Amino acid sequence: MLQFIQRFFGKPPSSATAKERLRLVLLSDHLSLAPDVVEALKHDLIEVISRYLDVDVPHCDVTFEQREKEIAMLANIPILGVHPRPMPPPPAPYAAGPGPAAAQTSVAVADPAPPAAPKPAKPKANGAVNGHRPARRKRRKGMTSGTTAPATT
Amino acid sequence: MSAARRIVLTSGKGGVGKTTTTANLGAALALRGKRVVLVDADIGLRNLDLVLGVEKRIVFDLVEVVEGRCQLRQALIKDKRLENLLVLPAAQTRDKTAIGELQMAEVTAQLAELCDYVLIDCPAGIEHGFRNAVAGASEAIIVTTPEVSSIRDADRVIGKLRERGMPVRLVINRLRPEMVRSGDMLSVDDVTDILSAELLGIVPDDEEVIDTTNRGEPVALQTESRLGAIYDKIARRLEGDVVAFTQFGTPGFFGRLFRKAG
Amino acid sequence: MHEMVHEEAPAQSAVPRERGRAIVVTSGKGGVGKTTTTANVGAALAAGGASVVLVDADVGLRNLDIVLGLEARVRHHVLDVLENKVTLDDALVTDKRVPSLRLLAAAQTREKDDVDTVAFRDLISSLRDRFDYVLIDCPAGIEKGFVNAIAGADEAIVVCTPEVSAVRDADRVVGLLGDNRSIKLIINRLRPALVRKGKMLSVDDVNGILRLSLLGVVAEAPDVIVSTNRGEPVALDAASPVGEAYRQIAQRISGTLTAPPEVPREPTFFEKLFGSAK
Repeated sequence: MLQFIQRFFGKPPSSATAKERLRLVLLSDHLSLAPDVVEALKHDLIEVISRYLDVDVPHCDVTFEQREKEIAMLANIPILGVHPRPMPPPPAPYAAGPGPAAAQTSVAVADPAPPAAPKPAKPKANGAVNGHRPARRKRRKGMTSGTTAPATT
Repeated sequence: MSAARRIVLTSGKGGVGKTTTTANLGAALALRGKRVVLVDADIGLRNLDLVLGVEKRIVFDLVEVVEGRCQLRQALIKDKRLENLLVLPAAQTRDKTAIGELQMAEVTAQLAELCDYVLIDCPAGIEHGFRNAVAGASEAIIVTTPEVSSIRDADRVIGKLRERGMPVRLVINRLRPEMVRSGDMLSVDDVTDILSAELLGIVPDDEEVIDTTNRGEPVALQTESRLGAIYDKIARRLEGDVVAFTQFGTPGFFGRLFRKAG
Repeated sequence: MHEMVHEEAPAQSAVPRERGRAIVVTSGKGGVGKTTTTANVGAALAAGGASVVLVDADVGLRNLDIVLGLEARVRHHVLDVLENKVTLDDALVTDKRVPSLRLLAAAQTREKDDVDTVAFRDLISSLRDRFDYVLIDCPAGIEKGFVNAIAGADEAIVVCTPEVSAVRDADRVVGLLGDNRSIKLIINRLRPALVRKGKMLSVDDVNGILRLSLLGVVAEAPDVIVSTNRGEPVALDAASPVGEAYRQIAQRISGTLTAPPEVPREPTFFEKLFGSAK
């Protein structure tokens, strides 16, 4: 949007530039201050992708790249193969409890079905699988995903 | 008698007005009848004494109290203008490693028995001096200016304080409404959006601060002045009153246009 | 990506390259303009043809990158270099506008205690072999951050505003810098109108106490805030009087300007009307 304005009015006011720069730099600062969150993100991401694809887990990597106008998450996931068995059905949408109208989307993360199980565990209406309610995962505001697997609803 | 509220004034960035705010907020609270002790935690680069005009009356300091070389009461300086205001100065010839967090917490706890408010003036930075100053406090006021470096540092400090579970409120200092209007300075809304902290006060840039600091007479003592009234509002908010924020002018047409778009 | 960082002296002479100068920019008091000064003096020196590296010593609270508008380009920092995780070349960021200006950023998520003073001093020394000027942006205070920043610098610039707290802190810092360094003064954020009204210390008041060789006096101006908003050092703005003040400071540092610094004066009535001296 800023670029559109620039074409018509020339340089935006410096306070708008400052606000945008601060947004990005603070995002970057927050990401580098939360390596545990990044680890958890990486773990969950690999878990989700593993339901569809055989991946080389030890060589999977998730990094954040700062660019001039955005910060992108880049996931490098070496793929070894597609799972031979039928893909599990996507889990039922997470039944959200009362809460503020969300600008964020939740991604229900179900526990992966063990390969030896005769049939995959069906998620319950509230998204619970194998007795575990999935944790809510919120997409963080301002973060654009790089090459990631499509989010399941 | 219940123990006092112990509030640290911090920022990360230096030069944004922590000491000025500590002195003036302390004075404003004292003018409202509260008993206030101001503590200068900037060991080695003390300035709270100068801003209050008590620099010639220092006999003992915080480090000497901690090292047991004097009683706490001997180090406290009574303000000549406000009988409810006491100051515990920092040492000048030492540095921040002279005391530790536990000692700071003990001194603050002792002070809290004597008054209604302990305001701790934190040094710039987020390391030893910061940790000491925060050790004695149960609440924090973040002082920031509407400038990029200051906000970045404030964000870092807010993060650190939230990790400790400390409630945090924001004072935006040295706002220049005319620059906000022309789009050359971040607005109050910009700052509160970015930092997502509760706003406690907005203080405009005012040349009187330089002059009053030169003379060691906190501007809050001039209750009829613009800044005097503002510090009084902040004191009232701290006490729990709901007080409307002074409107310092909103961004002009182009400023608003870009905000809507951005 | 390899680039020729080291500009060789003309091939005719076999004289080895003269070592660059390492200058720490310090103050004691925070918020007086160390980072702004480091960025602008560095930019002016580089724009004048010198090779310059700016080193941010404010571990944990870095701001030199954001003042230069290079925050999106910083990938590695001083501690990465000191801990041998990356090479110096990997960590150096080239300025967007002036190619002979480079930044070595501070770590944002570490602490000043993590920096080994001797290792930092050696790093500065090796930077002097590659650059004409090494400017070190010192953090506020007089603890480990300050001690590290001054290690390896045999020249110092003390930045001071005409305010009692700043002068007091600058005085303390001058004492700590000792006698082995050349120490010069920049007085920043002067407001000539307030000085005239007797509401602000004058240049003579300040230097009467500090007694240092004066490199320059910079007036308070809104340009600086706008330039930091944009990440464009004001020293690169030909129209800015503050930019001009920094350019002259750079020239005094390099020795091309020997006239003593002028004290900025209030704009005259006509200047206010037609806006030449902002």
